[in-house]
Amino acid sequence: MSMDIKEKKLILSQAPHIHAKQNVTVIMWIVFASLMPAAVNSVLIFGTNVLIIMLLSVAAALSAELAVRFFLKRKLTVYNGSAAVTGLLVAMNVPPQSAWWLAPVGSFFAIIIVKELFGGLGFNIFNPALAARAFLMASWPAEMTTKWFTFGNGSIISGNIDAVSSATASSNVIDVISGATPLAVLKAVPSLAHQSGAAASEMYNALFSFDMLKSLAWGNIGGVIGETSAAMLLVGGIILLITKVIRWHIPAAYIGTFSVIILIYYFATGFETPFYALFFHLLSGGLILGAFFMATDMVTSPATSKGMIIFGAGCGLLTAVIRLYGGYPEGVSYSILLMNAAVPLIERYIKPKVFGTRAK
Amino acid sequence: MITKTFKGGVHPPENKKLTDKKKYENLSIPSTIRVPLLQHIGKPAVPVVNIGDIVEEGQLIAKADGFISANIHAPLPGKVTDINLFATHMGRKNTCIVIEVQGNFGHKYNTFFNDWPSLDSAQLLEKVIAAGIVGMGGAAFPTHVKLSPPAEKPVDCLLVNAAECEPFLTVDDNLVKAFPDEIIEGIEITLKILKIRKAVIGIENNKKESFNLLKKTIASKNLSSSISIKMLKTKYPQGSEKQLIQVLTGRVVPSGRLPMDVGVVVQNVGTVFAINEAVIKNKPLYERYITVTGSAVKKPGNYKVKIGTPVSEIIDECGGLIKEPGKVIMGGPMCGLALSSLDIPVVKGTSGILVLTEKETSVGDYCACIRCGRCVQACPVNLLPLEMANAAEFTRFDLTDEMNPLDCIMCGSCAYVCPSGRPINHFIKLAQNHLRNKK
Ligand code: SF4
Ligand code: SF4
Repeated sequence: MSMDIKEKKLILSQAPHIHAKQNVTVIMWIVFASLMPAAVNSVLIFGTNVLIIMLLSVAAALSAELAVRFFLKRKLTVYNGSAAVTGLLVAMNVPPQSAWWLAPVGSFFAIIIVKELFGGLGFNIFNPALAARAFLMASWPAEMTTKWFTFGNGSIISGNIDAVSSATASSNVIDVISGATPLAVLKAVPSLAHQSGAAASEMYNALFSFDMLKSLAWGNIGGVIGETSAAMLLVGGIILLITKVIRWHIPAAYIGTFSVIILIYYFATGFETPFYALFFHLLSGGLILGAFFMATDMVTSPATSKGMIIFGAGCGLLTAVIRLYGGYPEGVSYSILLMNAAVPLIERYIKPKVFGTRAK
Repeated sequence: MITKTFKGGVHPPENKKLTDKKKYENLSIPSTIRVPLLQHIGKPAVPVVNIGDIVEEGQLIAKADGFISANIHAPLPGKVTDINLFATHMGRKNTCIVIEVQGNFGHKYNTFFNDWPSLDSAQLLEKVIAAGIVGMGGAAFPTHVKLSPPAEKPVDCLLVNAAECEPFLTVDDNLVKAFPDEIIEGIEITLKILKIRKAVIGIENNKKESFNLLKKTIASKNLSSSISIKMLKTKYPQGSEKQLIQVLTGRVVPSGRLPMDVGVVVQNVGTVFAINEAVIKNKPLYERYITVTGSAVKKPGNYKVKIGTPVSEIIDECGGLIKEPGKVIMGGPMCGLALSSLDIPVVKGTSGILVLTEKETSVGDYCACIRCGRCVQACPVNLLPLEMANAAEFTRFDLTDEMNPLDCIMCGSCAYVCPSGRPINHFIKLAQNHLRNKK
């Protein structure tokens, strides 16, 4: 035997000679799988239309990556799941009734412009799915902001809309509300109240109610495909934490900072039910999707624990400010994109102190 | 019992079950041995024998060249047939003394000298120097250098490293189980050489049996006032010198300095055992215990081997291989050396031979960093491995020079966790070389 083993070709490379099991491919497919509860739930609620949107979007992302990398003569890496995740996230960021081509166009943009032209996975500065969302918002605002699913009689949301609209007693107001997301309704309350002469406080009470929170949790509300069921997104977020694909720092700092600011605002402005208001904000507008799936995108967030906390806190602060004071009803995607741009700065100033050295 | 630990680190599968219950066996004697002159950190030893000479077991065959070097002795009796360049574990060819084994052996070093307390520190140190002892944990730094701290750096504490944090290896664990008395006595001798009264043994909490055995031995010898033992969390690289010092004493070795700068000397259990044999039996370091392991090895276990035995013969003695080998590693899987050939001989610092299949060891091609931060979390010295590796990959050494590359202890934790399979510490090595050449 000694003769044979001496002739064996041995691999020569530097230590370590063993490696952890979680490679990029495993990580990406875990992310994909943890989006499944929310994806399946949205199909159940919105129907097969959204299934088609999601399939087309993923297919567009995969083929875009395949094509670009083929033409740029880069190694083909479609199997690693990163494009599939991007495609699915883009689909989750369009309204359920949007045209079938909208999400695929977003995926093309995400993969070709945001990811591959920056150098491919690992080199992109912006979260591809969020950049695509911003691009779609700018290019097809109507498609992105009016194609919400309208629930039939008997659904909890319609009950709420009735509650809000009865308070307003004005037909043009009902038109506005029935095709809107809860956050858009919230933003519109002052003008609605002004137009209708109804009490704004009653409308707020209808929004910040337990029934409303239930709908937000299960997804029976207007919103993009992925943002609607906070509970299903949380299940996915917990899967990511348990499998150690993400760490707690970004979601905790994001949600924590956001909550503190929202609570201060509603206490300071003398609302009767500040905690309902808080949960209304937490469960709506893709905050959970953003905090667990978008802000935690590794490539576009800091690599140190401290950096992650600052990044998450920045996202939370910006989201709260946009929602409370900004022109948009919803601030998750712009906040994260802004913080993506701040990552190099954060990384530059947040350096861990090397063992045995003095703080500089 | 409080278990102690450090920041960062990783938890690779332990894989110690393959050999941890295997008591030492002797391997049969090879027909030729090849003893490298450079088995330690420092200058190679200088041969004091010529081709054609007949040597005895334990005879000095190469003498230390200066202070940072170590003597080398004949592991077996026989005839020197060649002094020439051969492949060694260092990855390049080095001069080796080849001995064709003949004659009697095994009859020396059987008398015991128990009156060592009558010797003074300098006399004891002389024995350590004569025996050619080097660090047995892998680094192979000449032991007498560590045991002679300069007067301006007073040492007050000896740390004995029994952590054995490398997966697969069980050699230290079994050494403790086989020779608890000798090890404790070796610590006593080392304390006397250092003229201090305090020693702390650190051992990971996956080795409870050894922990209890040492504790009992300390108590039975009434040494509890000077020697203590502490349980450490099982985590790699718990046995790394600076991490161990911080965990056991709370002292932080400043960047670029040595343990003695904080009054500490660290010795591996294997080394204190060798010190014991050098003093009590007058025996030079020419054989050692090793773990031979891996799923590809037919009879994994712990064995006593002569320095200079080719790896191929050891594997044969362990029943050969039952799977196609991918890598043959001298040392553990986290920081051992991949061997280019199985002709390479075992040296003083060889703690084990590990055969991994290609599947067990390969990560495939590496890809771009996805900035996941796992390496940052894993790094026990708080470096930013990703940034340093990313810069070094594109030879931006102007950037890496500013990133403290020399503080990297090459533990490999970063590369172990990297999902992109990046050879991070290899890149950092390039950055280190650049900075060292500049200095
Ligand atoms: S950078 Fe160096 S010290 Fe840090 S984990 Fe990697 S090899 Fe270990
Ligand atoms: S572990 Fe690898 S992929 Fe992750 S940040 Fe470090 S170098 Fe980059």
